[in-house]
Amino acid sequence: MNNLIILPIIIPIIAGMLMVICKNMIKFHRFLSLLAIISVGTVSVLLMEQIKFAGIQILYLGGWQAPFGITLVADMFAVMLVLVTAIVTFCCLCYAFSSIGIERELHYFYPLVLFMIAGVNGAFLTGDIFNLFVCFEVMLVASYVLISLGGTRIQLRESVKYILINMISSFFFLVAIAFLYRMTGTLNLAHLSVLVAKAGQGGLMTAVAFLFLIVFSLKAGLLLFFWLPGSYSAPPPAIAAIFAALLTKVGVYAIIRLFSLVFYHEPGVTHQLIGVLAAITMVLGAMGAVAYGDIKRIMTYNVMIGIGFILAGFASFSTAGMSGTVYYLIHDMIVKALLFLLGGTIIYLTGTGKLKEMSGLIRLHPQLGWMFFIAALSLSGIPPLSGFIGKIFITEGTFHSGYFWLGGIGLLSGLMVLYSMLKIFMNVFWGYTNLTDETDKGTHRGLLLPIGILTVLTIALGLGAEGIHEYVDLAVMGLMEPGLYIDAVRGSSLW
Amino acid sequence: MKEPNDVILKTATKAAVVIILAFSIHLFLSGHHNPGGGFIGGLAFVAAVVLLYLVHGIEKVQKNIPVDFKKVAGIGVLISVFTGVGGMISGNPFLNQAFWMVDLPLFGKTEMATAVLFDVGVALAVIGASLTIIISISDDR
Repeated sequence: MNNLIILPIIIPIIAGMLMVICKNMIKFHRFLSLLAIISVGTVSVLLMEQIKFAGIQILYLGGWQAPFGITLVADMFAVMLVLVTAIVTFCCLCYAFSSIGIERELHYFYPLVLFMIAGVNGAFLTGDIFNLFVCFEVMLVASYVLISLGGTRIQLRESVKYILINMISSFFFLVAIAFLYRMTGTLNLAHLSVLVAKAGQGGLMTAVAFLFLIVFSLKAGLLLFFWLPGSYSAPPPAIAAIFAALLTKVGVYAIIRLFSLVFYHEPGVTHQLIGVLAAITMVLGAMGAVAYGDIKRIMTYNVMIGIGFILAGFASFSTAGMSGTVYYLIHDMIVKALLFLLGGTIIYLTGTGKLKEMSGLIRLHPQLGWMFFIAALSLSGIPPLSGFIGKIFITEGTFHSGYFWLGGIGLLSGLMVLYSMLKIFMNVFWGYTNLTDETDKGTHRGLLLPIGILTVLTIALGLGAEGIHEYVDLAVMGLMEPGLYIDAVRGSSLW
Repeated sequence: MKEPNDVILKTATKAAVVIILAFSIHLFLSGHHNPGGGFIGGLAFVAAVVLLYLVHGIEKVQKNIPVDFKKVAGIGVLISVFTGVGGMISGNPFLNQAFWMVDLPLFGKTEMATAVLFDVGVALAVIGASLTIIISISDDR
């Protein structure tokens, strides 16, 4: 029993509710939201140390033993993601301070972000599939409001689509849980794993697994990404960055968790299908990224390529592929937030999203230009930046498992990412400067600081990959050996 | 505009609201061992307030109950969360509950449980959230 595990979920809720009660004190909102996020980050660092020395940490809510009560499980993979979530949110909040506008701040922007973070952290930490559903809903309800907050025309149009598509996938999620409960009689993930292993993963069980795959693919944007380019380009940059960095990754996390802990008996069927889906996602995403001439579109298609690549590593289901997945997932969360903040800043400066209408920004904004260059290289996995190590491991994993086509498509899509990024870089930063000193809106520390932090992080993560190696190994071990997770949840009970 | 003649509705409401409120408290209290609890107790309470809104109009009721329901919802969630945190402080898991048997005058042997505090939070959250929703929908013309 370890009460620390609940803190990443309840700290944002308590802070958010205090803000709802003190509605008009915006300074207090800003301070409290940063404080809450920093404490979540600190808690996750503490948890990581405890897991390193004492193994997977468990909390039975209300003292009800698994599989009867809700269990929270903090294994290394989940807690690492909680930490990265805190870091990314910290930077996006800093960016929001100077860009989101007083209107949105007065309409509960900070509480909503915190509620969303509570849902995201809950989804990472829960060990109960129904609780996972609830946490998804908490996260989604907050994101519905965030995407439509401000009520501009494009936001309202996209939020209708976004809400509809998520309602449908939530409905399927519930149906899939009902099927699973009917067949096994439990909702606890560890207990499910034991029961599925005992009864064998027959055809019916695999069908349910596919249902879950459809649900999480919709949320993660794996092949079923038709809603994603529109929705993610509607809200302002700070919100879009949080969405791009976190929301799709929660779907990816759910896929990885379910298909490594419960439905891992038929990798020839389920994991190969995930591989095929990942490959198609990468190809289509790369086409979109290369074809469009609009910064927001290019960025959202890059989100899809990232999702495809992460799951390509998972589909290989080998130790190398899995550590690549963990490395690349962390890298992707940081660098996608960075990319969206950079793109948002460029659009703010030039007042347009079309590549053809901007040029020569580097003369006025050299720091922004070089940070964009670093982000572009990191995104496409150029050493020594953070994308490189994940890319190597994922490629090695896919080749090792005999999925040469998958690894090949992954590498090719990396080239396309580089092309699309350099297309932005050359169009926006090179050439004749068409902004004069008068029309230039100028950047200030409030915008550049969070971008700078994320840029430093992506460099540090690349150079210091050795430093987090130990933690990634623990995370991968937890994923590859479901027994560890099950034993930790089971404790001393006999099931 | 001519006022609608709704004497019967207004008179019936006076009695009905009291009955609904009493029933909501009954639902709330019975929730510990029987069907009921904070959620439906809160909803029944909301039903009474909505009836008042329908009969007397939103402005008049809001003048008499000058409460910001968003804050009520916030306070409710905080009460529930802190009830859970209470278990943590005494070294038990989050959401752990405790109860005592107390001899109260008039009621006799009564069970006092921290779960009731949690339920109070739930009820307040439900009341605050649903009234906020109803008021904002009715505002929207």
